[in-house]
Amino acid sequence: MSFIELEQVSHVYQAGQEQAHAALTDVSLNIEQGEFVAVLGANGSGKSTLARHLNALLLPTSGHCRINGIDTLQTDELWRVRQQVGMVFQNPDNQLLAALVEDDVAFGPENLGVPPAEIAARVTAALAAVGMQHYRSCAPHLLSGGQKQRVAIAGALAMQTQCLVLDEPTAMLDPQGRADILACAQKLHREQGITIVYITHFMAEAAAADRIVVMEQGQVVADDTPQAIFAQAEKMQQLGLDVPVATEVAAGLRRRGIKLPVTILTPEDLAAALCGEA
Amino acid sequence: MLNNITLGQFFPGNSLLHRLDPRVKIVLLLAYIAALFLLDSRSAYAVLTALTLALMAVSRVPLGTQLRALKPLWWIILFTFAMHLFSHPGEAIAQVGPFTMTWEGVAQGAFISLRLILLILMSSLLTFTTSPLKLTDALESLLSPGKRFGLPAHELAMMMTIALRFVPTLIEELDRIMKAQQSRGADFTTGSLLQRARAIVPVLVPLFLSAFRRADELALAMEARCYRGGEGRTQMKQLHITAIDYVSSGAFVVLLIVLVLFCR
Repeated sequence: MSFIELEQVSHVYQAGQEQAHAALTDVSLNIEQGEFVAVLGANGSGKSTLARHLNALLLPTSGHCRINGIDTLQTDELWRVRQQVGMVFQNPDNQLLAALVEDDVAFGPENLGVPPAEIAARVTAALAAVGMQHYRSCAPHLLSGGQKQRVAIAGALAMQTQCLVLDEPTAMLDPQGRADILACAQKLHREQGITIVYITHFMAEAAAADRIVVMEQGQVVADDTPQAIFAQAEKMQQLGLDVPVATEVAAGLRRRGIKLPVTILTPEDLAAALCGEA
Repeated sequence: MLNNITLGQFFPGNSLLHRLDPRVKIVLLLAYIAALFLLDSRSAYAVLTALTLALMAVSRVPLGTQLRALKPLWWIILFTFAMHLFSHPGEAIAQVGPFTMTWEGVAQGAFISLRLILLILMSSLLTFTTSPLKLTDALESLLSPGKRFGLPAHELAMMMTIALRFVPTLIEELDRIMKAQQSRGADFTTGSLLQRARAIVPVLVPLFLSAFRRADELALAMEARCYRGGEGRTQMKQLHITAIDYVSSGAFVVLLIVLVLFCR
């Protein structure tokens, strides 16, 4: 049994009405415990809708979504699903609700009815895991976007979540914040074995994953390793995705007859390949 | 870093008043206000004034900051004093038109003004020495017996917490919207009151829209973190009644009894 099992999941917004809009169509997907999966897709490709199915914020119109064996349609098990799958949203300002960082991180465990002494210990551990322990009694509005997102991650960790779903966590951040969040997700995956589902439209960020799922118009159009996905750079560009510059340059050079591997993602890869060539 | 919260007038410190449990402070303040209104002898007021001045000194909040709390209510105090000056029969001092100023009026006016001043000083002492967060926790705790009668104590406290969190964010946003519109020629500072009020409307519309959007997203984020109201919820920070709370409430109760018995 996989940790996340989507079985022909479809989701239609405003079903049965004139404005009915199918956001997901027959998506089947399995994600194992401890995997780092990036979900790539342009705007409107259904990737956020997919993310919201993973912790039962949205329920499938048809099909089944099982998290650690629990079907999200069983509404009495909703809280167990949400405890196991933590969610980080795009806008860092609109997901922190307490006037102090530590109170915000404590919010999840408080909702779960964890004893006070244990909450304090969890808050300390979660803030340390994201490197925000020095901001414990700071007010959220004084933090940078990247710091706020790390606090949001800590909030999920304090619920002892097994899987983190990050829904375009870097879309509103500066380059430094982006790098910090990605590094934080990688560290949690490596050190705590947390399953990561990282939703983005930056291909360069997706390169950090073990596996990339590409979505278009509510369907999964590719599901493979980063190398295999990036080998189809032109196709990805047609889908409206940002291909890393080094990959794009390599693809261009290949078309002009220079033999380069298809697995180039970073400028360093490209430099190494070109120097090896010469 | 608690003082980073711009809302309220909390003055961080570690005085006796800062360390008192916020619930005890609220209850004692209510008792003090009741005493102010129920007692009206001069000796009782001398004691209450001395108590207020002593606590103001104990709080270690600068005197100037404390007196500034009177500023917004200065006119009300003055107006009350003037009203009493002319509205008590007795030995006349002066005649202004049809009104007579009397010595009894002066005494009564001074007394009522003192009552108002003490009330304001003591209430602001509570907000100077208690952070808004602790006040929120204290209110939730004090109101929670009302839950049985349908009082939404937890919801009220949650609303206050979210307001404390979002007021600075919304102020920043307001500033951004106003600057964006000023850069395109909007004028908020000149013209008649009506014109200025009209210029504010295009600022409020986007501010409200964004506040609703934020509320929507925040609700989703809260649900994702298993929020389901106050039922079955615990709290990381718990309020504890300690020895200083017992001692100070005890001392205050004794003082009140003495005042009621001997200073009527």
